[in-house]
Amino acid sequence: MKRDAFDIVICGVGGQGIILASNVLCHAAFLEGFDVKKSEVHGMAQRGGSVITHVRIDDKVYSPLIEQGNSDIVLAFEKLEAMRYIHYLKKNGTAIVNDREIQPMSVLTGAASYPTNIKSKLNQHGKIYYVDAKNVALELGNIRTVNIILLGVLSCFLGFKKRSWKTAIRKNVKKKFVDLNLVAFSKGASRLTNTFSIKKEK
Amino acid sequence: MKSLLSGNQAIARGAWEAGCHVATAYPGTPSTEILENIIKYPGIYTEWAVNEKVALEVAAGACFAGARVLTAMKHVGLNVAADPMFTMAYSGISAGFVIVTADDPGMWSSQNEQDNRHYGRHAKIPIIEPSDSNEAKLFTKLGFDISEKFDTPVLLRLTTRLCHSTCLVELGKRKTHKVIGYTKDIRKRLVLPALARLRHVVVEKRLIELARFSETFPFNKIEWGKKTLGVITSGISYQYAKEVFPDASFLKLSFTYPVPEKLIRRFAHQVKKIIIVEEGDPILEREIKAIGIKVTGKAEIPVCGELTQRIVRESFVRKTRARIKPYKVPARPPVLCPGCPHRGVFHIMNKLKLTVSGDIGCYTLGALPPLNAMDTCICMGASITNAHGLEKALGKSFGKKLVAVIGDSTFFHSGITGLVNAVYNKGTLNLFIVDNYTTAMTGHQPHPGTGKLARGEQGKRIPPEEVVKGCGVEFLKIVDPNDLKATEHAIKQALEFDGVAVLIFRRPCALLLKPSPAYRIDPDLCKGCRLCLHIGCPAISLKSPKDREKPLAVIDPTLCFGCGLCAQVCTYNAILAPRKTKKGKK
Repeated sequence: MKRDAFDIVICGVGGQGIILASNVLCHAAFLEGFDVKKSEVHGMAQRGGSVITHVRIDDKVYSPLIEQGNSDIVLAFEKLEAMRYIHYLKKNGTAIVNDREIQPMSVLTGAASYPTNIKSKLNQHGKIYYVDAKNVALELGNIRTVNIILLGVLSCFLGFKKRSWKTAIRKNVKKKFVDLNLVAFSKGASRLTNTFSIKKEK
Repeated sequence: MKSLLSGNQAIARGAWEAGCHVATAYPGTPSTEILENIIKYPGIYTEWAVNEKVALEVAAGACFAGARVLTAMKHVGLNVAADPMFTMAYSGISAGFVIVTADDPGMWSSQNEQDNRHYGRHAKIPIIEPSDSNEAKLFTKLGFDISEKFDTPVLLRLTTRLCHSTCLVELGKRKTHKVIGYTKDIRKRLVLPALARLRHVVVEKRLIELARFSETFPFNKIEWGKKTLGVITSGISYQYAKEVFPDASFLKLSFTYPVPEKLIRRFAHQVKKIIIVEEGDPILEREIKAIGIKVTGKAEIPVCGELTQRIVRESFVRKTRARIKPYKVPARPPVLCPGCPHRGVFHIMNKLKLTVSGDIGCYTLGALPPLNAMDTCICMGASITNAHGLEKALGKSFGKKLVAVIGDSTFFHSGITGLVNAVYNKGTLNLFIVDNYTTAMTGHQPHPGTGKLARGEQGKRIPPEEVVKGCGVEFLKIVDPNDLKATEHAIKQALEFDGVAVLIFRRPCALLLKPSPAYRIDPDLCKGCRLCLHIGCPAISLKSPKDREKPLAVIDPTLCFGCGLCAQVCTYNAILAPRKTKKGKK
């Protein structure tokens, strides 16, 4: 029987831990027995700039890139970045959006203004879930756990075994932060009480 | 056993499995993680060289000794290393020699979009192009074998999407090779004209043999599908094309120089129409057109930028699903990090309205608003030499409002020769070395100024100031760039100096340090004057408090690094240092 396949776009601001989150996701998918490809960008783009990572999970994956309008899930670490990349989402797809505003330099200097209608715009694109990961992270005492909290939320939609996630976190997170991140992950996973099965239309 | 590896990690694994002895590189996106990952394997001598030319020459020297060698660099790095590479094609090898070039279509982190497949033809060395991490590992190993079989360096060509894409790779074991040892052979390694002339003949003969080999290379292969459409492709483009044309026939080329003419003809005879899907320049297209085969390529698909499956589809099929237009939202270009030691220098240079000849590194971001303090940036090391040229053309008075800015790693890479040149040629030059103790942009690799070696062990530290003095510079000061007053004072002094003046702005990259407690802004003292926004710190923004109309500046404590630069620019003393009285509390 063919299993569910997932195209997942993860976006946000450089420095938010997007690459680590995508590494954990890929590892978990690998442990679930999927073929998986991930594409990311390093270097200059990482210095506080807009960042997008593509993760493709299927029985066989060719291109490491997700086509616009084709992503099953968009996981956005920041609202403006959600808006920037929401066109990657397929019709009626699912987006998980960290309810956080990080102003780009053009906004800070007054050359542009931060959009005020983001949520109403995003809501037109599919099922959008907003998560206040920053506050959860601050409760845990480490702002850097935002990425794994959001990954926990994402896990509600993928149906992977809990064990796969745990192993993936252990393998990818620095040893001294493993326990903290395991807690962060389960905090995130419990943010959504309903889980949804989303099937990719082929 | 399978493991998830990026293209770069796979190359490192391949080098290890192939029994590589020596690996050298200078960091540069998207190639950096190749050496960073080789460092994790035992049994390979690894070296961060000061630049790509040095890296390739060190590798060549080790190759003379009969060691299997690999050197890795980004596409523009190969320009720096081109000189020894061209002649190594003549000299040939004593043991496998793989040169990895990582091109950057889309210019994610580069100054141009050059297609280094041209170098194969230009230097007359074979090119192999993997299309995923699995092939990246395999072709690295095959690269050593091909190099030894044909007595030539081999160019392994990657692109950003390959370097930084991850997929499952089957791991193998290391095959050990002995370092053969050195034997004198001036006919190969001493390229005096009379000897080099003989070698050129060898090179041309070798190209014919390589072309023959290309026909039989098992990864130049046909995947038959429907014969109405034939797709010829290589590298990452194969993956995009495969998604767009799942039913078409494919000729997937992996050994792309010299091309397998007979194989291409055989493919061409059996398909109705041929398209070439290649990123960058029409290289395969020209080769294939030159053998008289009708194909469509760059007439339909762009030369500029990176390909995606959508671009491939829209170029050749035109029918495409309705596109959801992206929203127009404020751009978010990369910025200097909170606490970045470069910020103070750029703030003062902007304030003094200096012309700034820039260079390659994180500090190139000082060009962006609101710092706006960079006029030119061409390539590694060009800050100093471009400034020298500007001064020579426009005179001393211009030179005194002109500054060259270079990072510490870039200074060692190719700044020193420019500095010697300026001193020697009686330049009026203001050189600011922004020394953050690391190669920051590529992820903190060591360099001579740090004294650390690739594997973390202590090497000999070469302080930039000693180099500067040795170059004959008579005005030299070391300044803390977080002290804005001292920075401005030193800059003004340097500008007044007649001759070559060097300031070293020294403070470690913020990403190497732990943040200090956050600063905060007193809403009763802040007048909303926006002065603090001029330093371009991502942690400071304007917000309208609920009871007031006029927006005031606020600091995001989760982003603030605690550097205190903003407190120095605030004229109302509204930005307060963290309270020190309560233990452990911000």
